[in-house]
Amino acid sequence: MKNLLAIFFLISAFYVHAGDIKGQEEAILTDAPEVPAPITRKNPTKVIVHLETKEVKKRMADGVEYLFWTFGGSVPGKFIRVREGDEVEFHLQNHPSSKMPHNIDLHAVTGPGGGAASSFTAPGHASVFSFKTLNPGLYVYHCATAPVGMHIANGMYGLILVEPKDGLPKVDREYYVMQSEFYTKGKNGQKGFQLFSEEKAVKEQPEYVVFNGSVGALAGDKAIKAKVGEKVRLYVGNGGPNLVSSFHVIGEIFDKVYIEGGLKTINENVQTTLVPPGGSAMVEFKVEVPGTFIIVDHSIFRTFNKGSLGMLKVEGPEDKIIYSGKTADEVYLPVEASMIHKEDQTMVSNELGKKVFENTCMACHQADGKGLEDAFPPLAKSDFLNANKKRAIQIVLGGKEGKITVNGVKWDGVMPPQELGDEEIAAAINYVYSSWGNKGYKVTPAEVKAERAKLKK
Amino acid sequence: MIRLLFFIFFPSLILASDMVLVKGGNYNPIFVKEKIVRVANFFIDETPVTNQEFLSFVKKNPQWKKSNAKPLFVDSNYLKHWKSDEEVGDKSLNKSPVVNVSWFSAKAYCEWQGKQLPTIDEWEYLAQFGPADNSKDVKNLILEWYSQETPKKLPNVKSTFKNKFGVWDVHGLIWEWNYDFNTTFVTGESRGDSALDKSMFCGSGSVGAADASDYASFMRFGFRSSLKGNYTVANLGFRCVKGEK
Repeated sequence: MKNLLAIFFLISAFYVHAGDIKGQEEAILTDAPEVPAPITRKNPTKVIVHLETKEVKKRMADGVEYLFWTFGGSVPGKFIRVREGDEVEFHLQNHPSSKMPHNIDLHAVTGPGGGAASSFTAPGHASVFSFKTLNPGLYVYHCATAPVGMHIANGMYGLILVEPKDGLPKVDREYYVMQSEFYTKGKNGQKGFQLFSEEKAVKEQPEYVVFNGSVGALAGDKAIKAKVGEKVRLYVGNGGPNLVSSFHVIGEIFDKVYIEGGLKTINENVQTTLVPPGGSAMVEFKVEVPGTFIIVDHSIFRTFNKGSLGMLKVEGPEDKIIYSGKTADEVYLPVEASMIHKEDQTMVSNELGKKVFENTCMACHQADGKGLEDAFPPLAKSDFLNANKKRAIQIVLGGKEGKITVNGVKWDGVMPPQELGDEEIAAAINYVYSSWGNKGYKVTPAEVKAERAKLKK
Repeated sequence: MIRLLFFIFFPSLILASDMVLVKGGNYNPIFVKEKIVRVANFFIDETPVTNQEFLSFVKKNPQWKKSNAKPLFVDSNYLKHWKSDEEVGDKSLNKSPVVNVSWFSAKAYCEWQGKQLPTIDEWEYLAQFGPADNSKDVKNLILEWYSQETPKKLPNVKSTFKNKFGVWDVHGLIWEWNYDFNTTFVTGESRGDSALDKSMFCGSGSVGAADASDYASFMRFGFRSSLKGNYTVANLGFRCVKGEK
C-alpha cells in the first residue's frame, strides 16, 4: 500500500536537456489488479522503467500448471503508468533462465515495431531504448518475438497508461483487469502440467479464457473491493491472442467508457463494451449498493466453462430504493392451466379463474354467466349456486344429472365431471362467485381437495 | 575410422566426443519458399560438448579461462556455472552439456580439435530428423521442450533422443551455436521481415515462409538472431563438425 501511495521515487531533479523535461524517476510497477497511484507532477520527466521477462511455471487453475512467459513474473505483465510528454528510458531484461529471446512492442510508442526492434534480447541480457509519450491513452504492450502468436499465447502482455497532461478525473478506486486465453494440450480442468497446443491456438479454440492470468485470479478472496458510494475505474485490457472480449459487470452499468482506451470519445451508460485483442478500454462506475458484482466476458460460455469470471465486492449500507433485494417470494402460476399441479395453494389469481372459466365453463354457461334458456342454467345471481359453496364444488368435480330449480325455473340436464386440478377448480369457482352479482364466496384449493376426497369414498 | 585417425594425429584428445557421419541431402529452409539447399555429408559430434570436455580445453588453452577471456569474446556470464577457472565444481555437471559459452569460445574449442561449428544449413538439415525409432514427432518434441522450464541443473548428454544418424540431443536439451548464426536476417522486429521483396525469415507466419506453422523452426531462427558473438546464455551450448574428407 505504501508503494502504491509513494508511486514514484524521485532519484534526482535536474534538467536532462534544454526541453521541458524536468528530473528523473524510477517507475514503480504493479501486478494486477493493482494500479500505480495517479501522477501528481505537472511537468514531464524522464522515467526509467525496468521490466524483466521471465518464463515461470505457475498455477493456471486448481491442479493445473503451465509455463507462463511473463513481463515481470506474472500474467498480465506489470502495469506501467507515465505522463504525456515523458521521456521513458526502457530497460528490458531477459532472465538468464529464459529459453527464448524476448522483446517488447508498446502500443504507446511511436516508432518502428513499437520498440520491438530495439528491445530484442537474448536470455541473460538486457536492452535499453527510449521513447517519448506523444499520445495519452491506455495501451497494450506485448512481446513481438517470432512466432509472435506463441509469445502472446504464453502470457506476454500488459498495459501502459499514458496519462494526459491534466491527469484523469479523480476516482476512489482503480484496478487493472486483463483478459486473455490459453491453449493447452489437455482439456479444460485436466490436472497436471500442461503444454501449449499450437493446433488449438491456430484454430482459435482456447481451453481457458481468464482475467489476470489464471482461473480465479480475480475471484473469492482475490476479488477487487470497493465501498458503497465510491467511484471505480477499471483499466481493462485484452491480451488475446485471438478472442474479442465482451466486457461486462453483472449488476452495474458503466457510467463512462473511454472507448478503446482513447480519451476523446466517452460513451455513457454502457452495459457491455468490446475490448479487442491488443486493445483496451477504461470503464468507470459508481457503486451504489453493496454486494458481489460479477465481472464477465459476456460471450458467456467462456465465463461459465472456461474461467473468465471475476468479482467486485462492495461493502456498505444498503439502499432499498436503488435495489430492494427480494421483497416477495411467491409461487408463480402461468396461465396455461394444464401446467398446474401444485396442491396447497391458498392464493389463486383471478386471471387463472377467468381463464379456466373461458376454456371450460363458458361454452354452456355463457360469457355473461346467464346460461341458455332450456339448456344450461345461469350462474349469474343464481340462488342454487349461492346457497351452497360445497355443493358447487361437488358439482364441478363430479358432474350433475337430474332435476334442479334455479331462480324458480326447473332444469333437467347433464353436466359432466370436470377434469381439472384443485387450483383451477377453486380459481374458476372464485371467479364465478365474484362475478355478476354473486355473493363473493372464497374457495381454496384445499377445500376442493377435501371435497374430492369425499367424492372418492 | 575417424577415431582411429584422432588417436594417430591428436593423441592428446582422448576426451573428444565420438563423431558420427551424417549422410547429406536436400532441405527446404523455413525462411524461403521453394528453395532447396543441398547439404553434403559431414561428421558431427555424437553429443553436445560437455563441461568436462570444455574443462580440458580450458586447461590447455588458458586464454579461455574465465578470468582471462577478453570481454570482446565473452560476456560477463561466461562459464558462470563453474566454480572456478579450472573447476566445474558440481561433479554431477561433468557430463551435462557446457553452456554459458560464447560463439568465439565455442569456435576456438572446435578449431583446437581440428573441427568447426556446424553451419545453419548443416544444423537445420539435421534438425528435421526426430528419434530414430519414430517414437515422437520432431515438431511436438521441440514444442514440448519450449513449454518446459529450464531445469536448475541440465541433464547429462544422451538424455533425450538419438536420430537415424546416431546423433544425440539435437532437440530437447539445449540450444546450440552455429558457425554463421548471424546471417539469418531476422531483425528484432520479427513482423517487419515479411516484406514481399525480401526472401527472409519472418516470425509472424510470413508470406515468405515455407511453412508458417512450423513454430519450432521459427523459434530456432528467432533465438539465433537475438545473439551476438560474445553472448553467453544459460541454455546455449555447441558441438563440432568436420567435413567428410
